[in-house]
This record gives sequence, C-alpha cells and structure tokens, in this order.
Amino acid sequence: MSAELVLSSVIFFGLAVIIPVIMLLTAVFGPRSGGVAKNDAYESGIKHVVGMADQKFSVKFYLLAILFLIFDIEAVFMYPWAVSLRELGMFGFLEMVVFILLLLTGLIYILKKGVLNWR
Amino acid sequence: MSLTLLNVIFAVVVAIAFAALNAAYLVWAERRGAGRIQRRPGPNINGPFGLFQPPLDGLKLMAKQLTIPGGADKILFVAAPVLSMFPAIMSFVTIPFSEMIVAHNMNVGLLMIFAFASSGSMALLFAGWSSRNKYAMMSAVRSVSQAVAYEIPMLITAITIVLMTGTMDLMEIVRQQGPSILHWNIFPLLTNSHNLLMPFSFLIFFTCTLAETNRAPFDLGEAESELVAGFHIEYGSMGFGLFFMAEYANIVIGSCLTTILFLGGWHPPLPFLGFIPGVVWFLLKIYILIATFIWIRWTFPRTTIYGLLNLSWKILIPISLFNLLLTAGLLKVF
Repeated sequence: MSAELVLSSVIFFGLAVIIPVIMLLTAVFGPRSGGVAKNDAYESGIKHVVGMADQKFSVKFYLLAILFLIFDIEAVFMYPWAVSLRELGMFGFLEMVVFILLLLTGLIYILKKGVLNWR
Repeated sequence: MSLTLLNVIFAVVVAIAFAALNAAYLVWAERRGAGRIQRRPGPNINGPFGLFQPPLDGLKLMAKQLTIPGGADKILFVAAPVLSMFPAIMSFVTIPFSEMIVAHNMNVGLLMIFAFASSGSMALLFAGWSSRNKYAMMSAVRSVSQAVAYEIPMLITAITIVLMTGTMDLMEIVRQQGPSILHWNIFPLLTNSHNLLMPFSFLIFFTCTLAETNRAPFDLGEAESELVAGFHIEYGSMGFGLFFMAEYANIVIGSCLTTILFLGGWHPPLPFLGFIPGVVWFLLKIYILIATFIWIRWTFPRTTIYGLLNLSWKILIPISLFNLLLTAGLLKVF
C-alpha cells in the first residue's frame, strides 16, 4: 500500500470518527423525553399531522435530474481534455468543438421541447 | 512514516478547528451584519460586541435533546448531518492557504473538491426524505434540483481555468497567477489566454457558489415564508448544529476556491507588498468574499424556484459553454 493511500485513509477515518462523536455528545448532555405530540412531524403548530410526506411532485424535477446526469458526466469528461489540450493539437480542439456544439444543440432542443416551461 | 502520519493528524485537527471556528464566527458576523443593514444592534449582550454568542449557542445546542420524529427513518436521519459535515471538512484538506500551509496537496485537488461538493447534496436528500415531513421533503427536492442545476455552470467555468493553467493542482494554479494583480485569472491581459470574458466567468462562478451554498437570493430550499425551515425542519440539537456548521464551512470553501481560481490565491496585488505573508493575503481575500456573501444575502429579495432553475439552464450553462469554447480557441490561436 502506498504512503498516499495510507495518509488519505487516515484523514478519512479520522473525520469519520470525530464528526459522529460531536453529534453523540448531545446524547450525553441532553435530556431524554418523549411523548405522542413530541414525536409527531412538525406542522405549523396544528395538533395532528395532515396527510403523508410522500406526496406527488412535478415530473420536471426528475427530468432535470436526468439532464444533470448527462451534463455532469460531460463536464467531468472535459477535465482530462482541458489538462492535455496543449499536447492534443488542432485535432483535439476541433473534436471538442464538435462535441460541445452537439451538446448545445441538445440543450436548445430540450429547452424548445418545454422542459423548463413551468406553467 | 510516523512523522508524516502525525503531520496528517495535526492537519485534520487544524482543518476541523478552522472549519468550526469559522462557522461559529461567521454566524456572529452574519447576525451583526444583518443588524447593521437593518438598523438594529444584532447580538451585543454576551461579551464585548456579542463575541461570546457563538460558543454559548454551541453549548446550548449540545445540551438539547436530539429528537427523532416517530415516522422517521432513524439511520438516515442520524446519518444526514454527519454526511453534510463530512465533505465540507474534507475539502479543507487540499486547500492551499499559502505556499507552505496546506494539509495535503494533490494533483487532482480541484476535481476532489468538486466531488465532495456534489456529494453534499446527498445529505440534503437524506435529511429531507428521512424526516417524513412535507416541508422537509419539498425543500429537499428543491435544494437538490438547485444544487445540481448550478453545479454544471460551476464545473464548466472551472474548466476554463484548467485550460489556461493546464493543471488541476490548486497550488500550481495559484503559482501561475503571480506576481501582481494583472496576472490573476480574473484579469485576462497578462495571463496566457487573452480571453476578455474572464470577469464574466468570475461572476458566473461566484453566482454558482452562492446557489450551491443555498444562500439568499437563492435560498429556495429554506424559504422561511413557505417551507418554515427547509430540509432540517425536524432537526434540533447538534443535528441542526452540524447542518449549520456545514453551511458556513461550505461558504468558506466556496470563497477559498473562488480566490484560488480567479483572485490569485496567496499572491499580493502588487509585487512590492510581498513582505506581508501570503496567508494574510489569502485570508483577506476570502473574508472580503464572505463579507460580500453576507451583504448580498441581506440586500437582495429571494427569487422563485422557476426563475432560479431558468437562470441556470437557460442563461448560465449556454454562456459558460460558449466561454469554454472561446477560451480554448484563443489558447489555440495565440
């Protein structure tokens, strides 16, 4: 195992221990009480909770999530290209121009289809 | 080996202390600033200028009960605050405060910070979903759609910096911006790309930082007038405290990243000011940015969720893609 890996895991597990400990301190210092009303979900002060939390949502949020996946993966894909642009030459540049233009076309198509028209 | 191990443990402790101290005193600064802007004193009872308020608040939060609502998914409910704090502190590990002060520099530091930043939205989703509360659920859906929408222009704008510097190493990015203000990436004249749109890049990045950290005018996730408190509505005690600390730690990371990428990191604005240590310049720059954050929060009205998502998808993403093409083209021409 390389030294880098050891160091990274030490940082990682150190934090993974410390933060829950901060949170568990409240279990030591804090009071412990319960009750029907106390364990209810908060609802602006009325006595009994109306309806369920899992209600219907606009499907646009799911569409946006899927769009995000496409654009995010594409953005991360551009990072190695950006680092090595100087070595890639004109061909590498033009390839990425074609790729980004395709992507922009896709974005315009999505917007024209009305994914972001909310009413 | 043991020496480096000690160094790393020391670095982790310093990172946590820095994050906690900043989170605590940014709350104080925010409340005092809000007071100034709204012509009222703000917290001024405990200690000089109310300076003892944050530690007392922390102690109070620690002495409260962590109530888990009856219908909640217990494991996710407890895990969510920890998950929101974790990436916020992890990101501090790779941020260079000066040529010497960096816990652990990596050659993919920029990518690592973005990876942790995007895993922060998982915590929002966990918190909102596991609370079994209508407000929390709505807020989680809003916050996540906002976070993912603004992550894309942020990532793409950062690519222009990677193009100009040819590296993802944060220290190397800063080193290339010396020695004077004209070499900073925000000013396009003396950097190796003559892209006159770099100030706009900076504005896009700054706007995205505001939106990513759920700050006003983009704080739709915790719009008090509609959603009471947002995704952390069911959290009390240290669960709320961790969310709060994570929010402010994220603001500090956002300003650090903006400073590193655009404002020359630890470099002084003029070369003859180099006798002042770099860490002073770095802290000065990030605190000016944070003051701007607070200023913006208390002077701009909140947008709507539609306006927020439209701004990102219809304006910022096309502009940042165009800016990326322009930067790459200019680099190839010159």
